Amino acid sequence: MVLSEEAPAGESCMVRNEWVCPEYVSSRAELITEDLLQHVWITVVSVVLGLVVALALALLVRRYPKLEDGVVGTTTAIYTVPSLALFALLLPFTGLSATTVIIGLVLYSLTILVRNILAGLDGVPADVVEAARGMGYGERRLLWTVELPLALPSVMAGLRVATVSTVALTTVGAIVSAGGLGNLLLTAVNTQFKPQVFTAAVLCVLLAFTFDLVLVGAQRLMTPWTRTRGA
Amino acid sequence: MLDVLRGVLAWFQDPANWSGEEGLVNRLVEHLLLTGTATLLAVLLGLPPAVWLGHLGKGGLLAVNISNIGRAVPTFAVLVVLAIGPVGSAAFGPYGRAGLATLVALVLFGLPPVITNAYVGMREVDRDTVEAARGMGMDGGQLLRRVELPLAMPLIVAGVRLAVVQIWATATIAALVAGPGLGRIITLGFRRQDVPEVWAGALVVAVFALLIERAMALAQRRLDPVGQARRATSAGRLPVGASKR
Repeated sequence: MVLSEEAPAGESCMVRNEWVCPEYVSSRAELITEDLLQHVWITVVSVVLGLVVALALALLVRRYPKLEDGVVGTTTAIYTVPSLALFALLLPFTGLSATTVIIGLVLYSLTILVRNILAGLDGVPADVVEAARGMGYGERRLLWTVELPLALPSVMAGLRVATVSTVALTTVGAIVSAGGLGNLLLTAVNTQFKPQVFTAAVLCVLLAFTFDLVLVGAQRLMTPWTRTRGA
Repeated sequence: MLDVLRGVLAWFQDPANWSGEEGLVNRLVEHLLLTGTATLLAVLLGLPPAVWLGHLGKGGLLAVNISNIGRAVPTFAVLVVLAIGPVGSAAFGPYGRAGLATLVALVLFGLPPVITNAYVGMREVDRDTVEAARGMGMDGGQLLRRVELPLAMPLIVAGVRLAVVQIWATATIAALVAGPGLGRIITLGFRRQDVPEVWAGALVVAVFALLIERAMALAQRRLDPVGQARRATSAGRLPVGASKR
């Protein structure tokens, strides 16, 4: 336990219950880090799984276009269900666990990701596809080396929206004891402990913007051809 | 699973779960009242400046950034800050405990989709049409009322539709700060470790969310003055600034 050097006991910002309280951050660093890490891994696992499932669904829809209305309609309907209710509905299956939160977050991310992957693939110019076919590209090579790279800007735009939403939504997972920084928020409701609320809220927003910056950087690295156009 | 479903059925059949402050009827009324009031406030506060800025063609960056910020800020955090902070969690008339804090949070999260869609809708009105209207001698006010607003209406209504869904979802989360609304049935179930009760609350929340969304989709279709003719091209137009609560 690290004690603050400047403030004597009773005078501390924790006792005065102030929003901004560096002493809280230093004295509870371990607890905060634990919840922050949980928040990060729940977000990363959810978004990665969401991307994999969304890609599979998008490819399925491309092969069987009749499925498009069903897939898009279902993911949109799930998206309409409030997060607290969805986590609650998953409770009998997965209990009080991070799995409950991750399944919910994956389902939510599908709405944005499936749409954006489909839009990106639809936006690939037909003559580019023709040219690749003419050069003897098979379906799989065409998809991975031509179509998906060209769809990347749309996919990444969707991924950014999905990731930022996922960071914010993870907090609600506190209801099943797996909400990352949301756990700090929920325990602070009863104690009215302002330093904890403020710290958790600020970290949440910082985390969302950090993820967004990382994705913007990744996109720049992955699409070097867009930079010459200043896009 | 079958046990849970049987339990849910039993929960709905027990009249005690319907009445009183903690009962389904009161929580549903609170939830509907909160959603209605917050939607109305978000439209009244958000629409005029967004439409006006869109008409002038200014403030585009602001309109888009409002959505991005709205998405990054967790609803739950804002609710806690408001409830234990400046607004407090005293009962607020028919809106229940922490009613004012909840209402403020709902309006805050309802505003971004309203503002962004109205702005984008106004800006996406075909420039040639605007030029033609000016050439016919329309002044700014006429242009706004007779050309831009009707053409922007589908996206404006799409923004309100998104806002309602988001507000409904946010009102559910209010239960995490012991606030009003249907989420309280869910949190009560969690506290009692009563899975059927958790499910009953979640089902009501989810079914109403879907019903409200469908109703708004119908309203959106009715309110599109340019009409069914353009449907083929405009049906795929996604509203902007969707964010999940």
